[in-house]
Amino acid sequence: MSATVPEAAPAASGDETPERRFPTAPLFLSAPAVLLFAALVLIPLFLTALLSFNQFDYATGRTGGFTLEHYLSVLTDEYYLEIFLRTFRISALATVICVVIGVPEAYILSRMSNPWRSIFLLVILAPLLVSVVVRAFGWSMLLGPEGPVNAALMAFGIGRMRLLYTEGTVIVALVHVMLPFMVIPVWTSLQKLDPAVEQAALSFGASRGTAIVRVVAPQILPGILSGSLIVFGLSASAFAIPGLLGGRRLKMVATVVYDQYLSDLNWPMGAAVAALLLIANLIVMLTYHRLVEGHYRRRLG
Amino acid sequence: MSFLELKNITKRYGPLTAVGDVSLSVEKGEFVSLLGPSGCGKTTTLQMIAGFVEPSAGTIRLDGRDITRAKANSRGLGIVFQSYALFPHMTVFDNVSFGLEMQRVPKGERKPRVEEALSLVHLSPYAKRYPRELSGGQRQRVALARALVIRPPVLLLDEPLSNLDAKLREAMQFELREIQRKVGTTTVMVTHDQAEAFSISDRVVVMEAGRITQIDQPYRIYEHPETEFISRFVGKTNLLPGKVTTATGAGATVSLAGIAVPVEAAGLSVGETVTLCIRPEKLHLTVPTNGLLTGRVADRFFLGSQWLYHIDGPLGTLMVVTPNDGSTPAEQGATVGLEWSPSVVRVHRGAMAEAPDVALEVTG
Ligand SMILES: Nc1ncnc2c1ncn2[C@@H]1O[C@H](COP(=O)(O)OP(=O)(O)O)[C@@H](O)[C@H]1O
Ligand SMILES: [Mg+2]
Repeated sequence: MSATVPEAAPAASGDETPERRFPTAPLFLSAPAVLLFAALVLIPLFLTALLSFNQFDYATGRTGGFTLEHYLSVLTDEYYLEIFLRTFRISALATVICVVIGVPEAYILSRMSNPWRSIFLLVILAPLLVSVVVRAFGWSMLLGPEGPVNAALMAFGIGRMRLLYTEGTVIVALVHVMLPFMVIPVWTSLQKLDPAVEQAALSFGASRGTAIVRVVAPQILPGILSGSLIVFGLSASAFAIPGLLGGRRLKMVATVVYDQYLSDLNWPMGAAVAALLLIANLIVMLTYHRLVEGHYRRRLG
Repeated sequence: MSFLELKNITKRYGPLTAVGDVSLSVEKGEFVSLLGPSGCGKTTTLQMIAGFVEPSAGTIRLDGRDITRAKANSRGLGIVFQSYALFPHMTVFDNVSFGLEMQRVPKGERKPRVEEALSLVHLSPYAKRYPRELSGGQRQRVALARALVIRPPVLLLDEPLSNLDAKLREAMQFELREIQRKVGTTTVMVTHDQAEAFSISDRVVVMEAGRITQIDQPYRIYEHPETEFISRFVGKTNLLPGKVTTATGAGATVSLAGIAVPVEAAGLSVGETVTLCIRPEKLHLTVPTNGLLTGRVADRFFLGSQWLYHIDGPLGTLMVVTPNDGSTPAEQGATVGLEWSPSVVRVHRGAMAEAPDVALEVTG
C-alpha cells in the first residue's frame, strides 16, 4: 500500500521554503497531544513498571532495589491466577453478551426513521452521563436482600436469593455499563453501509435473516471488532463495578491492585499485578484483533 | 396480454405524490427506459416493480401473475443498482454465485453458469478479485453479470451508467444493449440521460413530476414530442410563441412576430395562441435572399462532427446545427438566411411556459 502513495505534491503556491515547512508543521501540530499523552500515560506507566521491580518488606515498606519476586509470586500463586482467570472470564462473557445485545440494537436503531432514531440513540447514550459508581449503587440497591427484585421473588413465592456478590451480577452490571461502547462503533459502521447492498441480497431471493448474516454482518465486522476490544479492555480493568457489586468475595484484578496499594500498602506488588494485567490484556486484544481482522483485511480494506 | 404490466400505479409519501397513476405495458424481450429529470419518480417506479416500495394504489402483473404485494425476495427479478451494491466482502465469483446459491442451484451447476455470466461481460480473468480491486466499469459489469446469472424474467437497471465517465458510458451503452439482445431478457432501465435512453431502448417512457407524459419509440419522441416539456427535455429545441392567422384543414399559417410561417397541423383555429418547436438540425443556413427569414451569426461553436450556430434575428436567438461536411462554415457576424420545411415544425397549443431552461442540465 505505502509504495503506491504518490509523491508529496509540489507546492503550487509561491511558498519559498516548502521543504522546510513540510516536516515541522505536523510535529508542531501534534506536540500538544504527544506531550499530554507522555505526561498522563507514558510517565505513570513507566513509574509503575519501575515500582513493580522494587523490593518490599512489611516492616520497613518499600526499599528500592531490584527484584522479580512480585512477578514470580503473582504468577505462581493460585489466588492470583484464579483472579486473573475470573477477570478474563467475566470480561469475555460481558463482551459476548454486549455483542449479542448491542449489534441487533444498533441494527434496529439504524433502521428507525428519524424522530425515533434520535430519541433511542439518546436513550442508549444517556447512561454515559451518569457516573459508573452511581449506576453500580443503583444495581446494588435493586439486587440487595431488601431490594425490589428480591421483594418480587418473595411475592411470587420463590424465596429470597443472594444476587449481590455473584459473577452473574457483575456481568449484568458490566454489560449495562459497556453496552454503549458496543452500540456506537457498530452503529457507525452501519451508517457507512450502502442500504442497496441488503436490497441486492433480497433481490436474489435471500431471506432477511440470510441477508443479515451473509451480507450485513461481514461488513460491520470491523465495528463489532472495535466494540469488542473496547468492551473487553474496559471490563478487564473495571474497578467500580466489581468493587461495589463483587464485594470482598468476588475480586477482579483491578480490585486486587487497589487492595495491594491501599490495604496491604504493598505498592510494588500492586504495580506488578497492574503491569501483568496490562500485558495480559494486550496479548488477548492483539490476538483477537489479528484473528478477526486479518481474516477480513483484504476484502474490506 | 403483456409480460410486465403496471396498472394505475401510485405512490404517495404523505402529501407528496411521488408516482401518480402510472400505467405501462412491457412486452417480453423489450428494452424500455424510464426517462425524466431527477426527482420525477423513476426510481420509485422501479422500486415498486422490484418490491422494495409498496404501491399506495394500482397493480403490477408479471406474466399474468399479480405481484403487487409479493415480497421482493420472492419475485426473482434481476436488479442492477445505481451504486452497484456489490457485496464488498465477496470475490467477483462469489458475488455472481450468490443469487444461484439463494435459488438452491446445485454447486456443480453453479460454477459453469457463473463462468458463462462472467464471460458474457468479459470479466472471466477477474473472478478472484474483490470489488474494491476493480474499476468502475468492471464493477458495473459484475453487477450486470450478477443480475443476469439468475436468468430473471425481468432485468431492472437504475441509472446503471451514471457513475461512469463519459467515454466509458458510451461504450457501455452499446455493450449493455448487445448483451440484452443476446440474452433476450425483458429490461426496464431508469435514466435521466436522454442520449442513453434513446440509443439503446425499444421504447422510451417520459416521466414528469410522477406522471407519464409520453410512451413511444425514441425516434418518435424526438420528432413528435407531445408536450412542450418533452421537446425541451429531449434534445435541443427552438421554441417560438405565435398566433394562428389562417387555418385550412391539414395546414395553417402561424404569425411569429409578424412573420407568416406555414405549418402542417390539423384542428387549429384562427386566433389561437400556439408554440412552435423546431429542432436546430432542421434549420438550414442559406444565402440571405433565399431564407424564410434572415439573421446574423452571433456565435458559433465547433462540436467536431457538427457546427452549432446562434443566429440573432427577428424571432430572437435561434439555435442551428449543421453537419460538418468539410465546407467553410459561416463567419461570426455574417448575415445568413434560414429556411426549413413546414413538415419539421411541431405545434404545441397554448402559450409557452415561463421558465425556458428547466431541463438545460440534462440536454446531454
Ligand atoms: N422514502 C421516501 N420518503 C419520502 N419521499 C420520497 C421517498 N423516496 C422518494 N421520495 C420522493 O419521491 C420523489 C421521486 O423520487 P425518485 O423516484 O427517487 O426520483 P428519481 O429517481 O426520478 O430521481 C422525490 O421527490 C423524492 O423526494
Ligand atoms: Mg433515481
